[in-house]
Amino acid sequence: MLEDKDRIFQNLYNDLGEDVESSRKRGDWKNTNEIILKGRDWIINEIKSSELRGRGGAGFPTGLKWSFAPKEVGSRPHYLVINADESEPGTCKDRDILRFEPHKLIEGCLIAAYTVNAHVCYIYIRGEYYNEGQKLQKAIDEAYSQKLIGKNASNTGWDFDIYIHYGAGAYICGEETALLESLEGKKGQPRLKPPFPALIGLYGCPTIINNVETIAVVPTILKRGAKWFSSLGKPKNTGTKIFCISGNVNRPCNVEEEMGIPLKELIEKHAGGVIGGWENLKAIIPGGSSMPMLPKEVCETIKMDFDSLVEQKSGLGTAGIVVINKDQDIIQCMARIARFYKHESCGQCTPCREGSGWMWRMLERMAKGEASREEVDMLMDVTKQIEGHTICAFGEGSSWPVQGLLRHFKKEIVKRNNFNPLVTKDNKIPYLVDQHLLENDNAEIKS
Amino acid sequence: MSLKKISKDQPEKFEFNDRNIELAKKMIKNYPEGKQQSAVMSLLYIAQRQNNNWIPLAAMKYIAKFLSMPYIKVYEVATFYSMYNLTPVGKFFYQVCTTTPCMLRGAYKLVDVCKKKISNKENEISSDGNFSWMEVECLGACINAPMIQINDEYYEDLDEKKLENIIEQTMKGKTPKPGSYRGRVNSEPENNRTTLVGIKNA
Repeated sequence: MLEDKDRIFQNLYNDLGEDVESSRKRGDWKNTNEIILKGRDWIINEIKSSELRGRGGAGFPTGLKWSFAPKEVGSRPHYLVINADESEPGTCKDRDILRFEPHKLIEGCLIAAYTVNAHVCYIYIRGEYYNEGQKLQKAIDEAYSQKLIGKNASNTGWDFDIYIHYGAGAYICGEETALLESLEGKKGQPRLKPPFPALIGLYGCPTIINNVETIAVVPTILKRGAKWFSSLGKPKNTGTKIFCISGNVNRPCNVEEEMGIPLKELIEKHAGGVIGGWENLKAIIPGGSSMPMLPKEVCETIKMDFDSLVEQKSGLGTAGIVVINKDQDIIQCMARIARFYKHESCGQCTPCREGSGWMWRMLERMAKGEASREEVDMLMDVTKQIEGHTICAFGEGSSWPVQGLLRHFKKEIVKRNNFNPLVTKDNKIPYLVDQHLLENDNAEIKS
Repeated sequence: MSLKKISKDQPEKFEFNDRNIELAKKMIKNYPEGKQQSAVMSLLYIAQRQNNNWIPLAAMKYIAKFLSMPYIKVYEVATFYSMYNLTPVGKFFYQVCTTTPCMLRGAYKLVDVCKKKISNKENEISSDGNFSWMEVECLGACINAPMIQINDEYYEDLDEKKLENIIEQTMKGKTPKPGSYRGRVNSEPENNRTTLVGIKNA
């Protein structure tokens, strides 16, 4: 288990206070200008060698992303955008960072903005986090008044401003290009890539977009050294991560742990075990609702890092762990997730807009046992028609959980939905009559 | 969902009050010159707060003029995002999260309480005009499930009894204390904490 001194977010449960003075006692804003004066190349190399991967879900190497920003500022200014639109079901880590460790985030913003040549940073917070946004604004005001940011921020000679932009309840705005559209005051519908935001992003200018947790760990990495960070976890999956454990566990909680910690240890030790005991476990969603679920057999041994989970055809995503025990109806749980995706589809691409609704309606019927046995295969076909046929990754996000259900619990669905839709006994009924019309007595059959 | 339906009763005029004009101008300054359209989302929020938590069409027209952008673009934004209420809602607006992590811990029991105590139908304002409720998608407090949002505040770790109690308090016109209702601190595990133990005892 990770030792307390190696936890980056010491104030995760707000024992120490979130204001600037308390944060300074924890080491925030210490030697910030020394770090910045070491130069852009040093910072990027340090982040690269720490092997930090983005914490927002995709796991893209952060140092590499920063190096995509143009080295020289041309006619267009550069922007830094922080993605705090945390809407993935099962995930609530960024909320605690915004509430209790805002100065880690702000300090990270300054370092990141300097590295990618940006003078302006926008933090896009989901609209529901109104109070968290107010707390962050208070922290930003404190930082301004102590000259930590603003003109000549922290005596580095770099001018830097932070603004908060509130979202308004659209899950899709967590997708980076949709987020940019939303920041520009439009509907949050994703853009085609390429061009990538690093070259053409906000207002057509080079833009680097990072998750809250990614940026908030940067100052600590630079202060304690890339070696320290990469000594935690395992190669390519380094460092610590905040895991959110929710669902049917005895003590749901947020906890910061080392990458690659066994899932079973995480649940038994920190979350007080599955309700009804480990034997009562049905399945676990390991990384927010978009990631395919894992059945109990896999959960026994799986380690929580990007690569181990990909081997099991799932993913770490945002590390929002949702535990489902045997008291729950697994098909109904997935139907509810499908309803979420139906509600949140932005409607730009047809396969996703229509398909997400199809999946929801089929799963609702399957939960009730009203679907025919052909439909189980048809559902798999629908997910395959969505996946890979959309502009953004929402298509994958909505179809993967359904595929995960079919991969591990197909037998259960078939058992519940096993009737043959064709009426074969009564010879008088013509084969081609729509079967659903027969039920309503409004199909007159004249033989 | 039905809150995206435009209300039939629309006021004829809408204007920001003086305080909100200042606030709106401040918001516009957050964005580069000529990019004032970016402020449309914050201005819609300001309008919503000024107008009893819902946005009439007149406000959209007003904002369009304020930002010199086409009315249809404002309309597009207001109807795309789910947090803009386009019909009136109760003074205490209950939003019950029912997405899977909350559902696993009994969010639909909270829905039943709302049906019983507030109004049988979602989005139907109670007879005194003070209450309405709706089901919403994940509010991002999954470890504190099940939870509800009343106006800006989160109420976490609920069950039927606790929600009934909260509703009764609001019916008396009080605003109940937000946060966890099982007495835990924020997002730490209940009882024996396993991490950051030394800090708690220090």
